[in-house]
Amino acid sequence: MAIEIKPLEQFTIERIVPLHIGGLDVSFTNSALFMTIAVLVITLLTVVATRRAALVPGRLQSLAELSYEFVADMVDTNAGHGAEPFFPFIFTLFMFILVSNLLGLIPYSFTVTSHIIVTFALALLVFVGVTIVGLAKHGTHFFRLFVPSGVPAVLLLLLVPIELLSYFIRPFTLSIRLFANMLAGHTMLAIFGGFAASIGFLAIFPLSINILLVGLELLVAALQAYVFAILTCLYLRDALHLH
Amino acid sequence: MDLASAKMIGAGLACIALVGAGVGIGNVFASLIASVARNPAAQPQVQPFAFLGFALAEATGLFGLAIAFLILFVF
Repeated sequence: MAIEIKPLEQFTIERIVPLHIGGLDVSFTNSALFMTIAVLVITLLTVVATRRAALVPGRLQSLAELSYEFVADMVDTNAGHGAEPFFPFIFTLFMFILVSNLLGLIPYSFTVTSHIIVTFALALLVFVGVTIVGLAKHGTHFFRLFVPSGVPAVLLLLLVPIELLSYFIRPFTLSIRLFANMLAGHTMLAIFGGFAASIGFLAIFPLSINILLVGLELLVAALQAYVFAILTCLYLRDALHLH
Repeated sequence: MDLASAKMIGAGLACIALVGAGVGIGNVFASLIASVARNPAAQPQVQPFAFLGFALAEATGLFGLAIAFLILFVF
């Protein structure tokens, strides 16, 4: 008995409402549906929870306040002085990634962040935004970021290209980290699920591994949102304070 | 060697990247345990960095896994 395991089937994008405008395919897909759900969940959490804000918060209000304070604290400690105006952006990024990751863990749902195009768009937004912030704040002085101070001129020939490379690789590492984590985690769950489906009574073993893996995936979902947000903070600090 | 078997071998080789991720994650948590055992009061300060380090180390292994998927399913 061989059941065909298709671990990557869960990532297929399906058109729910086909829509074409001037040769462009702008169909409403399952990816778009889950992004909409994520945004709705965040909006509900933040709007409904704080609509009747009490001095002693209830469960929902504490959840909203906890996430707010968590990100506020992260921006405060990691992005340095002068990063307060960017708090809403980082909070939005963090909540969007966190909620999309967690929604993806619901069986039969779709993980938005398991597609590189989504994470790359987010990372590119961060990269371009941070570069513009740096250029606007420091002007041409911003390029000092690529020239380490107190280094002999001969070494600069080597170090400047490395610094440039490590700067321009940022959107790629930032996006691949999130996408690969989500892709690998969900593929692994599907593979162990496939094992369980094909070996009958012994299924208890892969199934128990799967239960543990879901726990790990919950950790990874929160951790990756945290890492994405904290790296955005660190990049922002580089742009604001230039080393 | 035909392309199909070369792809399989390549995908397997790409998974060697997980060795580094394993070493890295082990190193991160070993250092966390060592530092907390020496100075338990420092735990709140070092724990966020440990998890950041865990995520960064894990990601490098997943890059290898992404390459394996790329070899298997894209080309």
